[in-house]
Amino acid sequence: MLTLDRVSKVYRVGTFGTQPLNAVRDVSLTVPPGVVVSLIGESGSGKSTIGRMVLRLTPVTSGAIAFDGRDVAGLSGHRARKGYYRHVQGVFQDPFSSFNPIFPVDRVFDMLRGAYFPGLSDTEWRASVRRGTERVGLDPGQVLGRYPHQLSGGQLQRLLIARALTLDIRLLVADEIISMLDASTRIDVLNLLGDLRAEGLGILFVTHDLALGTYVSDTTVILRRGAVAEMGPTRQVYASPRHPYTRGLLASVPRMHRTWADADAELDSAAGPCPVHSGPGTAGPVEVGPDHFVGCFSDDACPE
Amino acid sequence: MTVEVSELRVHYRTLRGSVQALDGASLEVGDGEVMGVVGESGCGKSTLGKSLIRMDGRMRHVGGSVRLGGEELPIADDRAMQRFRYHEVSLIPQYAMSAMNPTRRIGRMIRELLESRGVRYAEVRRELERRLELVGLGADVLKRFPIELSGGMKQRVVLVLSTLRDPSLLIADEATSALDVANQRAVAEALVQFRDRGFIGSMLFITHDLALVAQLADTVTVMYAGRSAESAPTSELLRRPRHPYTRMLLSAVPEVGTTIDESRQEGIPGSPPALLDPPSGCRFKDRCPLAFEQCATRPPFIEVASGHRVACWKAE
Ligand SMILES: Nc1ncnc2c1ncn2[C@@H]1O[C@H](COP(=O)(O)OP(=O)(O)OP(=O)(O)O)[C@@H](O)[C@H]1O
Ligand code: SF4
Ligand SMILES: [Mg+2]
Repeated sequence: MLTLDRVSKVYRVGTFGTQPLNAVRDVSLTVPPGVVVSLIGESGSGKSTIGRMVLRLTPVTSGAIAFDGRDVAGLSGHRARKGYYRHVQGVFQDPFSSFNPIFPVDRVFDMLRGAYFPGLSDTEWRASVRRGTERVGLDPGQVLGRYPHQLSGGQLQRLLIARALTLDIRLLVADEIISMLDASTRIDVLNLLGDLRAEGLGILFVTHDLALGTYVSDTTVILRRGAVAEMGPTRQVYASPRHPYTRGLLASVPRMHRTWADADAELDSAAGPCPVHSGPGTAGPVEVGPDHFVGCFSDDACPE
Repeated sequence: MTVEVSELRVHYRTLRGSVQALDGASLEVGDGEVMGVVGESGCGKSTLGKSLIRMDGRMRHVGGSVRLGGEELPIADDRAMQRFRYHEVSLIPQYAMSAMNPTRRIGRMIRELLESRGVRYAEVRRELERRLELVGLGADVLKRFPIELSGGMKQRVVLVLSTLRDPSLLIADEATSALDVANQRAVAEALVQFRDRGFIGSMLFITHDLALVAQLADTVTVMYAGRSAESAPTSELLRRPRHPYTRMLLSAVPEVGTTIDESRQEGIPGSPPALLDPPSGCRFKDRCPLAFEQCATRPPFIEVASGHRVACWKAE
């Protein structure tokens, strides 16, 4: 469904835009229907840039992003783009900023109506909004018609997902959507993503939280400085992480019943040689097990 | 120094009435102890932190007291608090990092902050540099702008700055929440190191993250709707939680590496009560699976085992 093929993004920074900043380097991945792919990385690792490129909020510098085999960058014309957004939507970190505080929350839905559902009658439209709201586990009577400040962050975040669901979406880009929520609300939103996944939705789940990213994800992608450090089936990456960076991150995740010091002790220092440099001289990640890829160990990603 | 907060009540004045954000919060932090303060969003954690250092114009001290080393803190008296603020009680506020002025070099910002608190920059400069070094930052950070630093670096600067006068009590409000796990660990370990070196007396570590509390706190207080629900040594609280709310909060956190298909966790049904007009009795009763008639009266916050206090009629 969604394919990224050696996608890179270079921002120009500095006084005259003279310095290149390699925000994303040579990232390839796929998100099939009904699969959650977690993109995990620290701030500045390029994970949100990838989400933004998928949503066409910023252009790719090189490489290609395709949805159902069609190049996303090349969608020309209003109709083609609208068709794309009918299937691909994003939800972001701060739910409050997506709502206008002076209007009832329903307004975020209404903004879609003119563009996508001009033919629907008022009754049909309201029914569709209610259905979306129920699908995310909210009671429409409790949330619709209310103002943003009257609802919790978790409720607002679910409404934004509901809004995406009123369209015929097949891919959701969820960028740090749980980072501002507390533990109990987080798990509710994650469970919702799990349920939507079971209904066939593909999800690109962008997060800095290694602990929770895995709970719903089928595939885990660990990004470091814009490049894939490690990528594979979630279970595999957790059970036998190969990249020293992944291993370090896993040891830093705070756990309820294991101290950091114990985690360090478990982390045997022998991560093995860099598979990229000891392998057949490719630049990108090397397959070390079924669908399990490991990038270069050197600090500055692979030599370009 | 020990910190005793007893039955603290601080409300917010609003057009629609008072929001009873803190309405009987109690906790005791031993000298040199790190206490984690947890609870859902809106339960009053930040209000507690602010009350111990500076109440804004809308906050009103309605009852209860705060003692620091046996001496009562004049929390309702903004001027009398001046003497304690920063020097004795210091705060790393929620969102401290994003509040940094992007157009000021770090060094200049620190100088201005210190001088506004009556501290001469030249006098503390060497100590400042020494401590920056302890958290892995060279003195050259002083010449840089906030945008040139990563979130983890900025938060370490904030940590050093807020503890430069060796406060008896540091309140860290979500100090590591915006960081990735590696930086979160570095900052959390720096906090503990500062306590061990005596730069910080006691600490209130406010967070949503119970697993993080498990790493660095000696004791934990769980708050619910403006009140203390449970307080205990960390390992005791994690292994033998007694309050139904604590139990549900703990079970909402998936074990790292488990997936939804293996073990689906559940959140706490419902949401915390509105504090403009909170229910009488136990504030958790609408969500509590154990609620019974007696819960219509407020349960006292009493000791059930050494150092373990619970506010629940069903906890023995
Ligand atoms: N200035 C204010 N005016 C009125 N009510 C307020 C104000 N600030 C906070 N509140 C209310 O006081 C209660 C406690 O808020 P507080 O910020 O202390 O919670 P918190 O536990 O720190 O939450 P979070 O985990 O989201 O940081 C909430 O119900 C909140 O809506
Ligand atoms: S006092 Fe009652 S309602 Fe409150 S937590 Fe205990 S059993 Fe539940
Ligand atoms: Mg807070």
